[in-house]
Amino acid sequence: MPVEIGSHYDVVIVGAGHGGTQTAIALRQGGFSGSIAIVGDELELPYERPPLSKEYFAGQRDAARIRIRPEAFWADKDIALLLGHRVARVDPAGREVWASVGGRIGYGKLVWATGGRPRPLPCHNSGAENLLYIRTLADADRLKALAETAQRVVIIGGGYIGLEAAAVLRKAGKSVVLLEMLDRVLARAAGEEMARFVEAEHRRHGVDLRLGTRVEALEGGDRITGIRLAGGERIPCDFVVAGIGIIPAVEELAEAGAATGNGVLVDDRCRTTLGDIYAIGDCAAHRNAHAELAIIRLESVQNASDMATVVARDIMGQGQPYAAIPWFWSNQYDLRIQTIGLSIDHDDTIIRGDMASGSFAVIYIRSGRIVALDCVNATRDYVQGKALILAGMHVASDLDRERLADASLPLKSLLAIEA
Amino acid sequence: MEALREGGFDDILALCGGCCSCATCHVYIEHGPEELKAPGSDDEDDLLESSAHRGEGSRLSCQITLDGAHDALTVRLAPED
Repeated sequence: MPVEIGSHYDVVIVGAGHGGTQTAIALRQGGFSGSIAIVGDELELPYERPPLSKEYFAGQRDAARIRIRPEAFWADKDIALLLGHRVARVDPAGREVWASVGGRIGYGKLVWATGGRPRPLPCHNSGAENLLYIRTLADADRLKALAETAQRVVIIGGGYIGLEAAAVLRKAGKSVVLLEMLDRVLARAAGEEMARFVEAEHRRHGVDLRLGTRVEALEGGDRITGIRLAGGERIPCDFVVAGIGIIPAVEELAEAGAATGNGVLVDDRCRTTLGDIYAIGDCAAHRNAHAELAIIRLESVQNASDMATVVARDIMGQGQPYAAIPWFWSNQYDLRIQTIGLSIDHDDTIIRGDMASGSFAVIYIRSGRIVALDCVNATRDYVQGKALILAGMHVASDLDRERLADASLPLKSLLAIEA
Repeated sequence: MEALREGGFDDILALCGGCCSCATCHVYIEHGPEELKAPGSDDEDDLLESSAHRGEGSRLSCQITLDGAHDALTVRLAPED
């Protein structure tokens, strides 16, 4: 779709992921009648990312079935999809963005929903043909194609992306080595007990999981043939999957003068420091009410979607602060992992139920209050735990701890005791 | 859930994409086979419990696989929580 020079929209959204699309959808749902355009750098119709490494890779859902909305939806709602365009420059004074092909698009409000780029491996051949990062549909297609013939894979990074990739590739019968630099997996996302459980599950499913392992080099130049570790050991492989985090895509906003740090800084309405420019989703550094107002970024569908709703309402003059409780999910093997709240800076944990049974919850406590739960095959605790977090339930005594640890006592009954 | 989305019912969030991990594709079965009116699993039952709008015939639409027997199925979208 060519961008006409001189075109103008009341709302221009940069980024066609979960956050960008939900902004447009929420505006139309709210009755917004102004013009809306979504500028996306990929050519595909907007799609869901979480299934890429799971149902899409496994062939259970094709590209049409992971679309955020059917093709006709966007035209029906008068939402212009300007696909295949990267925004190279933002001009806040002139209220326009410059698309990479040279078209300028004027805006009334600009919503920056660009997410991030996978952090490249720090090596000279980080663009090798058989090295991939799982972020886009194109990445997932490459993974599928490689997995058709290749057998030996090395995964670098023990975060959720790397672990989910390990699970699907093991399920597909590949031999999988997973390398993590730190001494445990999920260092950013979960506590130690949870990490140890997940590590054991991956090993039980045949993943060669190595912790505290530093990669020295990817051998073979443009076609990687093996990984050399810091100790000198060499692991031969057919392809490499890297999942070592993302770099928020905010350079253009920074160049335009927006305050940035780890991402672009936004206030509680997702407003950047530049007038009429919002930022949402993975790239938005915000003070989070569930992290004692620490400035953080959250990389999740929930965060992208809820921030989108906050922005849509603010544009329509019904602003309210972003305060949604974070939640997250991951599926690996037969593990349904559901997280509610933020465990950042927790200082205590309680294991609820029996980890060996494969169904349990880790309750995270910060300064005596419940702040988060990681639930494994324990959806009921995930659902009921939310109320405990929102109530800021105190864990004051050993009796409290015993009750919370007893999986036969419903969490919601414990909240009643607190009250 | 996919049929609703494909049909252009844009009120349906379906945030987890249909893997029974949230409760944002909540519907009420209005007219349809009786067995469709009860949750299909404990997980679905628990997630529905998280909705303030749970009522008769509450289901997560991502957990209903449509087939020929569902020709005249009528569902109503639950309000967003």
